[in-house]
Amino acid sequence: MSTYKRQLSKDLAAHFSDINLTIKETKQGVICTVPVESWLEVAKALRDERDFDFDLCVDVCGVDYLSYGETEWPTDDVTYTGFSRGIRGKGPGRFSWSERRRETVANRFAVVAQLLSLNKNHRLTLKCFAPDEGMLVVPSLIDIWPGVNWFEREAFDLFGIIFQGHPDLRRILTDYGFIGHPFRKDFPLIGNVEVKYDEDKKRVVYQPVSIEPRVLVPKTIRRDSRYVDNTADQENS
Amino acid sequence: MAEIKNYTMNFGPQHPAAHGVLRLILEMDGEVITHADPHVGLLHRATEKLAESKPFNQSIGYMDRLDYVSMMCNEHAYVRAIEKLLNIEAPIRAQYIRTLFDEITRIRNHLMWIGTHGLDLGAMALFLYAFREREMCMDMYEAVSGARLHATYYRPGGVYRDLPEKMPKHKESQWTKGKDLKQANEWREGSLLDFIEAFADDFPSKLEEYRTLLEENRIWKQRTVGVGVVSPEQAKAWGFTGPMLRGSGVAWDLRKKQTYAAYDKVDFDVPVGVNGDCYDRYLVRMEEMAQSTRIIKQCVAWLKQNPGPVMADNYKVVPPKRATMKEDMESLIMHFKLFTEGYSVPAGEVYSAVEAPKGEFGVYMISDDSNKPFRVKLRAPGFAHLSAMNDMVKGHMLSDVVAVIGTMDIVFGEIDR
Repeated sequence: MSTYKRQLSKDLAAHFSDINLTIKETKQGVICTVPVESWLEVAKALRDERDFDFDLCVDVCGVDYLSYGETEWPTDDVTYTGFSRGIRGKGPGRFSWSERRRETVANRFAVVAQLLSLNKNHRLTLKCFAPDEGMLVVPSLIDIWPGVNWFEREAFDLFGIIFQGHPDLRRILTDYGFIGHPFRKDFPLIGNVEVKYDEDKKRVVYQPVSIEPRVLVPKTIRRDSRYVDNTADQENS
Repeated sequence: MAEIKNYTMNFGPQHPAAHGVLRLILEMDGEVITHADPHVGLLHRATEKLAESKPFNQSIGYMDRLDYVSMMCNEHAYVRAIEKLLNIEAPIRAQYIRTLFDEITRIRNHLMWIGTHGLDLGAMALFLYAFREREMCMDMYEAVSGARLHATYYRPGGVYRDLPEKMPKHKESQWTKGKDLKQANEWREGSLLDFIEAFADDFPSKLEEYRTLLEENRIWKQRTVGVGVVSPEQAKAWGFTGPMLRGSGVAWDLRKKQTYAAYDKVDFDVPVGVNGDCYDRYLVRMEEMAQSTRIIKQCVAWLKQNPGPVMADNYKVVPPKRATMKEDMESLIMHFKLFTEGYSVPAGEVYSAVEAPKGEFGVYMISDDSNKPFRVKLRAPGFAHLSAMNDMVKGHMLSDVVAVIGTMDIVFGEIDR
């Protein structure tokens, strides 16, 4: 099980030599980043080619890389400020709708698919970044693995990534008529609206949230090298 | 003759056979389904988003609440993802305890499934029998973690504490006294392991009881044989895992193929179906319970022989013992940092999956060197299974929808997350 990774990375690099793939082999698995133009082509080859034979697509999800690597409590210097006093910035869960960030970053949204080959007993993490310019469009994998149907609907619902070619791209987890994409990093944890029963109107109505953002533990980054088996790996990230 | 048109029917979200909050929009031609559109998300709690704002350890309890009938298996996947990123391993005794409790969880889950599935298809008595045994499994959970459902027992680096030496007993009450009390406490004289062993010795006879009720039952077979047939090709294309995949004859079990915990050290078989219908999946799950009993017995025997630590000796991740904190300054500091800030997990991404009772439960985790996960994606088996609902029920009768929902073993805690 654990020896296949080197071979798989080599096969990937050899087979897709004309495509600009980034292959990262870690102790936990192989992660292959594909340019969005080649997303379908690579996926199809991974299913059909005998070297790969990935017959199952286990999972597809979206990732929002906004605020990646940002800390709320700088720990590189020794200061007089204590743990709760020195918090800077509005990390996950610490902002409300009006305080949300407006700026964006390059390579913000990614689509990640987990592939599994039953015959070869291999796993592969396939990843592509949605284009930053224009619409957030990624081709749908539904013709290759029909099972991704709901997973892509979920990524659309929660991140607003549009899957081109998906026959039924509706919201799935959020409420009927929900506005916004709640798993984006600039969407507050407390949400935007809440529902309550209006005694006068005799129906359930929406209103702005009345709760305050409240997260007890700030996000802190510590590069603890003792757990890293490959130090070069960490410097790259 | 009047022209007959298709009509649309709303099924759920409060229907007792919907197993929670499933809302199905069924387009029907007479009593035959032409299209089924499941609406999910009524139980969506954004567990993954909540996890992003909490230190790693604080989200273990949320995992219990995903698939709330197979709690510890969900914890296992989450905890293993953290362990993989941290590059630490639980001690061997903890691995055996996890194996033991994963299998207890499997029995619990399948008992719940057989009970409700039977109830939906008209076998009322089975539900009462299944819940009688499920109660024992709840007592095991309670003895080890203090909670009957949401255990939060697995931790990165091992399990929260060792198995108790004494199994709690029933007290005398108005309803349980004399002979009844003696009978209720019969297995509880020794340790938890003794109790589990007594349960495992007895359970195959209970399985026989369920089989007597169902296996050759004419109604049961009429409701399940040939209903919801899934070919192996379809099962793979739709992303099925677990008993749904094995019911179609694909011998795939993560416990064997991508082994974890102590599954490589115990002996068990993986049952597979032939026809891929509801009846085969019933047979697969029944046999899985028998195999779980086998694993439990082996784990109990090993655990009785081999005492040892159940937590890794690593104060960066694991809280120090209270006694050492009284004497040792370092331990006190570690404890303080661990409970105010948590531990930082090295940057990277990992996908860790376990064979949960319902199928492959996976956790995809991205860390950015911080004390909170940057992104957690929970891959729930039921989500993939339910997404094939339309293809599975098309052309079946309305009453078969209930059989298909039952055979998928869906729980909305994990589908809606």
